Amino acid sequence: MKRIVVLGDGMVGRRFTEAMRQRDPEARLTVLAEENRPAYDRVRLSAFFDGATAEDLSVGKPDPAVDLRLGEPALRIDRENRTVHSAQGSYAYDHLVLATGSFPFVPPIPGTDTPGCFVYRTLDDLEALRSFAAGKRHGVVVGGGLLGLEAANALLLLGLDAEVVEFAPHLMPAQLDPAGGAVLRDHITRLGIGVHCGTAVIAVHDGPRLTLATAAGDSITTDLVVFAAGIRPRDALAREAGLALGERGGVLVDSACRTSDPAISAIGECAAMEGVCFGLVAPGYTMAEVAADRVAGGAATFPGADTATKLKLLGVDVASFGVREGPLEATYLEPAEGVYAKLVLSDDAATLLGGILVGDAEAYPVLRAAVGGPVPGRLADLLSKEAGERELPGAAQICSCNAVTKDTVTAAIAAGHDDVPSLKSCTRAGTTCGSCVPLLKRLLAESGVAQSKALCEHFAHSRAELFDIVRVRGIATFSALVAEHGTGRGCDVCKPVVASILASLHNGHVLESERASLQDTNDHFLANLQRDGSYSVVPRIPGGEITPEKLIVIGEVARDFDLYTKITGGQRIDLFGARVEQLPLIWRRLVDAGFESGHAYGKALRTVKSCVGTTWCRYGVQDSVRLAIDLELRYRGLRSPHKIKAAVSGCARECAEARGKDFGVIATENGWNLYLGGNGGFTPRHAELFLSDVDTESLVRYIDRFLMFYVRTADRLQRTAPWIESLEGGLDYLREVIVDDSLGVCAELDEAMARHVEGYADEWAGVLDDPVKLSRFVSFVNAPGTPDPSIRFTRERRQPVPETRTAPVALGIPAVRS
Amino acid sequence: MSWVRICPPTALLPERGTAALLPDGSQVALFPLADGRLYALDNLDPFSGAQVLSRGVLGDRGGVATVASPMHKQVFALDSGRCLDDENVMVATHPVRLRDGYVELLTGAAA
Repeated sequence: MKRIVVLGDGMVGRRFTEAMRQRDPEARLTVLAEENRPAYDRVRLSAFFDGATAEDLSVGKPDPAVDLRLGEPALRIDRENRTVHSAQGSYAYDHLVLATGSFPFVPPIPGTDTPGCFVYRTLDDLEALRSFAAGKRHGVVVGGGLLGLEAANALLLLGLDAEVVEFAPHLMPAQLDPAGGAVLRDHITRLGIGVHCGTAVIAVHDGPRLTLATAAGDSITTDLVVFAAGIRPRDALAREAGLALGERGGVLVDSACRTSDPAISAIGECAAMEGVCFGLVAPGYTMAEVAADRVAGGAATFPGADTATKLKLLGVDVASFGVREGPLEATYLEPAEGVYAKLVLSDDAATLLGGILVGDAEAYPVLRAAVGGPVPGRLADLLSKEAGERELPGAAQICSCNAVTKDTVTAAIAAGHDDVPSLKSCTRAGTTCGSCVPLLKRLLAESGVAQSKALCEHFAHSRAELFDIVRVRGIATFSALVAEHGTGRGCDVCKPVVASILASLHNGHVLESERASLQDTNDHFLANLQRDGSYSVVPRIPGGEITPEKLIVIGEVARDFDLYTKITGGQRIDLFGARVEQLPLIWRRLVDAGFESGHAYGKALRTVKSCVGTTWCRYGVQDSVRLAIDLELRYRGLRSPHKIKAAVSGCARECAEARGKDFGVIATENGWNLYLGGNGGFTPRHAELFLSDVDTESLVRYIDRFLMFYVRTADRLQRTAPWIESLEGGLDYLREVIVDDSLGVCAELDEAMARHVEGYADEWAGVLDDPVKLSRFVSFVNAPGTPDPSIRFTRERRQPVPETRTAPVALGIPAVRS
Repeated sequence: MSWVRICPPTALLPERGTAALLPDGSQVALFPLADGRLYALDNLDPFSGAQVLSRGVLGDRGGVATVASPMHKQVFALDSGRCLDDENVMVATHPVRLRDGYVELLTGAAA
């Protein structure tokens, strides 16, 4: 049984004992700790002034199997006898681990022992500061780095005015460059904190209040001073024991965390890892794991410290990763919003070397994971707000304090850790500074989507998978599909989806035999259900172009059936208030006049809107109406995961609002620009440019493939914008698939679209020509001629409107914060 | 209470609802399942106040035969009329039988 003595119960010491217990449950562990409190989270120290208790900052209960001796600092190491002495006793060891941490650096200037001078390291320091600060007004922090700004935050939380004095020319010199430091300074002065850079406090003078003399010759009057100008490793015990030290202090260790005495390791801030001390907890944790592995007989080595940092200082996001400067730098500055970003690239701009983010660090996880590889996207995109929404690579570090990658987190989620507390205890992610908890939530949400790719309780498959099953196995009915690949009898989710898939793959009427029973009521009656149980009718008006004769027919039909009439946003006319038994009568009139179904009821192509184009418009450069009509007639009736809207504009003035559509075409002098992935609705999106200056034939070919690929691979009710987003590689990937044919599916997609165009038939006419289908268009099976008495109208602005009104279903519109 | 003759079963599309108008002006939704079971519920969707339950998609939830309101998709159990999405809501069920080649509904009392 190995006797292991650990000096220090800080975050790193604690991590070592936990790792040790895991690797060797037999090991006998004794911990000598100077502080009277068990290990707590020093990274979040200022939370102590924000209502957190010592309990809240705890890093977990001490393991009862570990002999933890609080308030009993080691006084001497006897290497010869392998014994550590404290005031209370002596402890023999087989292996000794130094985790004594560091002490705050107080500059060697006169007056630092004056009452009112503090350091910022332990909870005791904070308690002393708190009791002294009561009733005081003003405090100065010496040090404008990470720790100093934390201390300044603590002073604000104590109700004091704060000023920061930093020796370097800008704030956070270890993490930021001058420009980033300047942006941070703007943020901080806006919070009311005075900032003095490029100067030092050279003396503290006592008096009624304290007076600080600065190197610049100024003096600052204040009530208290906090020294937070850096830390120094606590290596005194090691020095006295004759262990080798680093050039700038710290217990010298090799990559196995071994000191010059193989029976002694050093980890964390007291260790000079191959000569370098790290003041961050993440490398400390790594060392703890390495040392535990070695003591247990393993061969782990320190892989090098990742000094990437992301934190919220005084409410400002600050992050830095990789190198801070290099051969090629791309910077982005938004002074008004206080956002600064810099990416450091190799001289050929091919490799990301590092970067700095101030004011908005959303892109940090993506960028940090990309260091050493190619830049993961266009710079402007990476630095935009949306960057945080990007898919993270598996190797991306989610929790930098504990070096937990996305792969680790997703594996834990897959293993059943399906909430944040459970993920924290399993992976340790989020247990230190907590800044990655939002990312954990996001991964949980993302995996929730992935887990629930099952369409519903009847199918474990996603829509895209079902599509492939139906296509490859040639399944023609829902009953066959659910019998062979699902369970139960289906539901209102899977039945319409399968009906849509069958419609895409097999031509034939959507109400043919069993398929009729699968359809949502809109598709079942080929009209749109309204709130009172009546339906609305929308005939197709391709491109929004209509002759006066046809317009008159619509007017006559609306008048004769007393239908409420309204122009839609898609350049057509909606006729409301039709009862089920009226639908075929209305269609008869419309079909006889040359109309057909507009598929307003279907998850299908709706309209291709157009502006008037070159034919009339003084500015038009192409015939947008002609193209819109051709496209609408080509894709009419195409069943899809969600509705599809389109538009064609005859010039860059964009009167058809094409960029708000799933596919939008805008005329150029040389041809057409194609935009993909726009929509209105709850989450409006602008379509993005996909192709420029293409001729009509190519345009149509790419739209064909875009639509067919969407129909085949999108999720249920997923519009094109989120579908494109869900493709790994997004629009670029889509371009590879449908332009470069990277998947080799283009011929198949082209063929599928050709079949669709060939097989199109008007669904309304299909009912009118079929007595069986027609017979279903009654309000009552036992009274076919009787109109539904529950549908009654009153008049409003000389048009019929439903008589009874019930409250609409609330959709939860986001409130505007005032 | 009396049984009212509605229609021959062949007038009903399996796995799809159909509305029937009763002598008192009320509406009942008939749901014939493919396995021969036949259910009848009020046609009135209590959530929207519209007479539309007969136009919902049929299916099952955990093995319980259901219809989903076509208006806002709340799901009702066909055997009990219970709303499976809101335990406070229920629609009336109606005794229904096949007699002499006709579907018949018991009227005058909601079971």
